[in-house]
Amino acid sequence: MAATSRSFARALRCLNTPSKSIAPSAPSSRSLFSPRPRLPNLAQSRAFSITPLRLHGHITPPKPGEELHVTFIDKENHEHTIAVSAGDNLLDVAQANDLEMEGACGGSCACSTCHVIVTDEAMYDRMPEPEDDENDMLDLAFGLTETSRLGCQVAMTKELDGLRVKLPSMTRNLQASDFGSK
Amino acid sequence: MNAAARSRLCRSSAFRCRAVQASLERFYSTARNGRPFRMAVVGSGPAGFYTAYRVMSKIEKAKVDMYEALPVPFGLVRFGVAPDHPEVKNCQDKFEEVASSPDFTFVGNTAVGNLGAHFDGCTVPLPSLMRNYDAVVFAYGAARDKKLGIPGESDLKGIYSAREFVGWYNGLPEFADLAPDLTRGDEAVIVGQGNVALDIARMLLENVDVLRKSDITESAIETLLQSRIKRVHIVGRRGPMQAAFTIKEVRELMKLQHVGYHPVDMSLMPPEISKLPRARRRLMEILVKGSTAKVDGAAKSWSLDFCLSPTEFIGDASGNLSRTVFEKTSLSDPFDTASRVSATGEKIDMASAVAFRSIGYKSVALPGFTEAGISFDDRTGVIRNDGLGRAFGDNQVPLAGVYCAGWVKRGPTGVIASTMEDAFSTGDAIASDWVSDVRFASDGHSRGLEGVKGDIDTSRCNVISWNDWHKIDEAEKTRGQAIGKEREKFTTTANMLKVAA
Repeated sequence: MAATSRSFARALRCLNTPSKSIAPSAPSSRSLFSPRPRLPNLAQSRAFSITPLRLHGHITPPKPGEELHVTFIDKENHEHTIAVSAGDNLLDVAQANDLEMEGACGGSCACSTCHVIVTDEAMYDRMPEPEDDENDMLDLAFGLTETSRLGCQVAMTKELDGLRVKLPSMTRNLQASDFGSK
Repeated sequence: MNAAARSRLCRSSAFRCRAVQASLERFYSTARNGRPFRMAVVGSGPAGFYTAYRVMSKIEKAKVDMYEALPVPFGLVRFGVAPDHPEVKNCQDKFEEVASSPDFTFVGNTAVGNLGAHFDGCTVPLPSLMRNYDAVVFAYGAARDKKLGIPGESDLKGIYSAREFVGWYNGLPEFADLAPDLTRGDEAVIVGQGNVALDIARMLLENVDVLRKSDITESAIETLLQSRIKRVHIVGRRGPMQAAFTIKEVRELMKLQHVGYHPVDMSLMPPEISKLPRARRRLMEILVKGSTAKVDGAAKSWSLDFCLSPTEFIGDASGNLSRTVFEKTSLSDPFDTASRVSATGEKIDMASAVAFRSIGYKSVALPGFTEAGISFDDRTGVIRNDGLGRAFGDNQVPLAGVYCAGWVKRGPTGVIASTMEDAFSTGDAIASDWVSDVRFASDGHSRGLEGVKGDIDTSRCNVISWNDWHKIDEAEKTRGQAIGKEREKFTTTANMLKVAA
């Protein structure tokens, strides 16, 4: 029951937050309505670059001088370094920056689609321990590692400045042969 | 992106320019002389919506029409996900975003294939879709369930399939009148040990006042309030190391207030749980640790009964279920997750006031598959496909423009995240076929819904649009608000249609 009421509380919190995805005017360029991609991944590929933060419902633009940096390494091994504010979680940051991270449950720790892998063990140890329910979801994640976390549960702090996380390829690639015997 | 912008980019570096253009082609997919790509999706659950989403993000001029047999969308997100898991339903936000695109049309209350006179919605024949779309994606899920095939299963009162029971408490019109009887005794038997079985157990054991706030139907609340069930057996043929349930669902049961868990049979547990791989280790640890509440003094209790295979349901003189007979099984290696299981011949008997069969769902072919040459595997209940969603005709050759996603593609297992990945792989296959000049269904004459309209049988009712669904949605929320719930669902299509009219 504790779990249940907590779930409800979370769901409620979600309901109360202005939804980023419903409104057609939502600024996320992953939305189907926005102008087509501004060359995702390409302009910034390989080269280390700092992407200025764009306004988005869930994240706070960092105050000058107070920026924290987080680097996402996508499935093509391209690095995206983003300046963020303390308190922003990795799922919101990734979505605001058009990185491929789905967050099917809306960041309520009820799925594993925002799985990230922290590349540096020492950095992983600086994070507060994951709660049981995060671990329960991670247990179902594809490509689970010792330093896996759910992006929605990792909020940026000063201690995490310079954090680097990898976006795992979410599933093994299905081969036609997997279905051959059926 | 316009040509000027592209050339500006190109000036920056010749090398990058090639990469940019190659990528642009992948992204915009303005293949086929820029004509729109018209796709029909059959089914509006996660598989259908995630496939539509992927295709619409990858093919610039994609027009998607989604056909749904019911007046309301979202499939198992609405009718399968447990009412006390509202956070799992948040994926609807994404579906709503997809549906509000001007390139998306919801064709609700419209079944594909003639479902016969008993069906009170609209129908559209499959050949009409095949004629009018470049691609048809089957994402209609699994609408039947597997049977045990044992005596008593189909003639005794008090045996329900998980699909019926789950559909009933979630307001699925098909089972609105199920009226399960939970008053004949205190023992319930659930056959099967997947997460659906655990959902059912939670519904039977949870304090009704907690469920009351969810979108579970009021009639389900009434029935659960009268329930006399105090002891729930969740029975499986295999052991804890082979079980299909996942840890979140087990943990929820362990934490229920005033509900005790009978200890697990330790002989089935590996001697050194701490050395197991992480996920299995955590699952076994929680099974050993047990529930917060003690069985002694608890109002209700439950157990996972391993290594039992049901052989017969036995009824009383008036045809009500009274006992379930099981044969004990033996595992070749209890600690091996893929252990073989065999029967021992030894029988045991369990008092059963009610029993639930929760051994899996099953997809069936749609009317018209044979004529369309779509190869359906009746044994496994899937459309034969290349693993990426290209549906096979005879001889394992992909059919032009026919795809599948979700449970009808890979079988009825996995959580929404698995269906999402699976749907994305189908979407990727479609997008890559579109740019590679693979042959599609309508040979360049696709007209989409315009062409189909005349073929929809609307003699009994009207097609439901996305706006109509919003009316139903609003009405359900208003009904819910009045009684302190998030939503009170309509449980008959007639009532849904009335609000939409």
